[in-house]
Amino acid sequence: MLRLSINGEGRELDMDPSTPLLWALRDGLALTGTKYGCGIAVCGACLVLVDGKPVHSCVTPLSAVAGKQVTTIEGLSPDRSHPVQQAWIEEQVPQCGYCQSGQILAASALLQRYPQPSDADIDEAMQGVLCRCGTYPRIRKAIKRAAELAGATKREG
Amino acid sequence: MERYKLTRRDFLRVSAAAGGGLLLGFALPDPSTAAGAETAGGFSPNAWIRIDDDGQVTLQVASSEMGQGILTGIAMILAEELDAVWSRVTAEFAPADPAYFNPMFGRQGTGGSTAVRAFWTPLRTAGATAKALLLQAAAGQWQVEPSQCHARNGEVIHDAGGNRLSYGALAAAAASLPVPDAVFLKEPEEFVLLGRPLPRLDTPVKVDGSAVFGMDVRLPGLLTATVARCPTIGGKLKSFDDKAALAVAGVKAVKQISSGVAVIAEHFWAAKQGRDALQVQWGAGPNQGLDSKAIAAAFAKAVEAQGVVARSDGDIEGALEHAAKTIEAVYRVPYQAHACMEPMNATADVRADGCDVYVPTQGQTGAQDAAMELTGLPRERVRVHTTFLGGGFGRRGDTDFVVEAVECSKAVGRPVKVIWTREDDLLYDKFRPASHNRLRGGVDAQGKIVAWEHRIAGAPIRGQKRRGLVEGETDSSSVEGAKNIPYAIASLFVSYVMYNPGIPVGYWRSVGSSQNAYITECFFDELAALAGKDPLQARLELMDGYPRHAGVLRLAAEKAGYGKPLPAGHAHGIAVAASFGSFVAQVAEVSIERGRVRVHRITCALDCGVVVNPDSVRAQMEGAIAFGLTAALKSEITIQDGHPTQRNFDDFPLLRIDEMPEVDVHILPSRESPGGIGEPGVPPAAPAVANAVFALTGRPVRSIPIRLA
Repeated sequence: MLRLSINGEGRELDMDPSTPLLWALRDGLALTGTKYGCGIAVCGACLVLVDGKPVHSCVTPLSAVAGKQVTTIEGLSPDRSHPVQQAWIEEQVPQCGYCQSGQILAASALLQRYPQPSDADIDEAMQGVLCRCGTYPRIRKAIKRAAELAGATKREG
Repeated sequence: MERYKLTRRDFLRVSAAAGGGLLLGFALPDPSTAAGAETAGGFSPNAWIRIDDDGQVTLQVASSEMGQGILTGIAMILAEELDAVWSRVTAEFAPADPAYFNPMFGRQGTGGSTAVRAFWTPLRTAGATAKALLLQAAAGQWQVEPSQCHARNGEVIHDAGGNRLSYGALAAAAASLPVPDAVFLKEPEEFVLLGRPLPRLDTPVKVDGSAVFGMDVRLPGLLTATVARCPTIGGKLKSFDDKAALAVAGVKAVKQISSGVAVIAEHFWAAKQGRDALQVQWGAGPNQGLDSKAIAAAFAKAVEAQGVVARSDGDIEGALEHAAKTIEAVYRVPYQAHACMEPMNATADVRADGCDVYVPTQGQTGAQDAAMELTGLPRERVRVHTTFLGGGFGRRGDTDFVVEAVECSKAVGRPVKVIWTREDDLLYDKFRPASHNRLRGGVDAQGKIVAWEHRIAGAPIRGQKRRGLVEGETDSSSVEGAKNIPYAIASLFVSYVMYNPGIPVGYWRSVGSSQNAYITECFFDELAALAGKDPLQARLELMDGYPRHAGVLRLAAEKAGYGKPLPAGHAHGIAVAASFGSFVAQVAEVSIERGRVRVHRITCALDCGVVVNPDSVRAQMEGAIAFGLTAALKSEITIQDGHPTQRNFDDFPLLRIDEMPEVDVHILPSRESPGGIGEPGVPPAAPAVANAVFALTGRPVRSIPIRLA
């Protein structure tokens, strides 16, 4: 039995430790917000945060996340109140929506590192997350909006 | 006011909902039986509108939501004529049922950018009818005439007395009234919801991971399958040994199905490991050894055949002979994959008493038909549950993934989800057809384009069962965008030679126009250059009779600052195309940086008639441009030894955010009937960019993806 910390909760899982985290989340823990897109760490649909950093869950074996904090889209906020989620709604980013968990988690990690990201920062942090619907112009706008929302929250706090 | 007269063939039906509300249902006329026949039985129990006694309005949406915003668009159309409170409207995906047939297809399905076009009048009528019943119910209670009342924001109001009753309070009474034989539809000036950039209904569930795509379907006892299919297209299974696969922990069964061998397991990873361990012998089949070089050579030969004439104006041979200057060119486009972010999948639960299919599909009727055929169950026992689609682009109108899921569930007697890997998704796609095009054109001494000949050789989407050269037959989607170019040219000839190398092809966002707009708009710039004319001016000079094309062309040029100085090393390219009832022009600002094409900005102008949701229109243009640029700049499918060469996003790369240009979208106000918006933004993107590259380099771009020498 493997012990994991997912979205701040201790979870136990009876799966082979070599199983990719993606399939453990989806099939073992019913956390289906994390998506399968390529299986080779190229498209970013499967991004989750491990100790706050974006990681491709499709190529990360379960054994590699033991003792670490895993955050999935379901754990970003309980009520879509995270500034990135709020900005995503304001800018009406999603089309089909399939890649958006990865986009949102990559954006939230970017804002942790650079609270006021430049266009170049956005390109660098987001270029590994593919969107076939082409929501990129709105992703750019939403990241800037999220930076404003997060800044406002901090000033109020 | 526009008075829409209901006829008996509209089959509206009103009834009481469980719990005391109003249900309004109707069956749309079936084009296949529309020649006067009124289908026996007539009414379907499936409602489009339900109003509960608490005022909640629930709409059934027959179209699939694959990103285009149709869930919201359809709900807006119904709610507009109903005068519902938008915040009390929810939309659900309708089950597969003839009541929800797309009037343009005669089947339930989403494609061809038809959803708004097909349902525009029927849904407005349904909304207006429900409102008329509610008005009548209120008038009855107040003992006044319905004409003395009006409806607004979920209430009926008595004009004189100011009495008000909510739709919820009126729903039960309205449900007992007869359907009126005529209703009024609003004029565009009266629209409250339509034309406003309302937030999409599905945004919240798409930012917190809770939207259920086909991949996310969960059922008690659900197993997951992966399928080993022949590595060569069209090859057949010879034999297999399941021992090693069954030895993988979690693998429950290995079954032969029609497409190959299914490894069925407790979860995906076990199914994938099992498939990797499976030993299979394949017979290579008819495509063994086939490659892109052989296909190109065969197309080049095929294009010399007589072909079927798609359009012939004037005297093309004479016009070319007498032209002051002529030019000849060969344009080629490759196969393209759909590459939806959500790989193909479907879930089926086949039982003795019925079958449930949970699937991200663009074709509910096709999915239902396939499951009926495989299970022998009648239509009413086969329920199709449409999930969100993680992209569609035409791929999900097919049923290959549905067939696999039904066969697997039938084989093991449990619900099974079949998941395609990304490699499966690319290898077993139904590709956008490749084509080979020979063009000749001529200009007169004054620089006017007087001759245009376009000979197309390509594989047909319909009728692709026949291989090789098929003489005397045409294919409408192969010539769309070629035979309807918006230029008044005296001698204009378009022909088509059907040649099918045996690679499966299918509908790909904007279909024939996706390639023909590129070919024709780029060849047009070659002719403009031959005539020494500016590409915009040359277009406008020939656009007599094409006012909507000219309108978007002028708007895009104006907004882009076409003709004004650009930064050094930058150039504009312009293109226009009409498809699916809408007209789109794009101006691309492009430079070449370190030997690579860089697209800085695309200015897009469109005329799509009456606009349902302008924000959805903008989003579709932005997305269509990204889709078009992937084909223009990044990816293609090539064939080697009878199979696609590309396997995953490392060798079939999609446009990335750092390659995405700025996009400005300008909507031309219009009172015309709505056009499509899902596809029409794709066709102009590639030629706009290619024409800018031509302007920069002086060398025409005669194949895409663009590869600079």
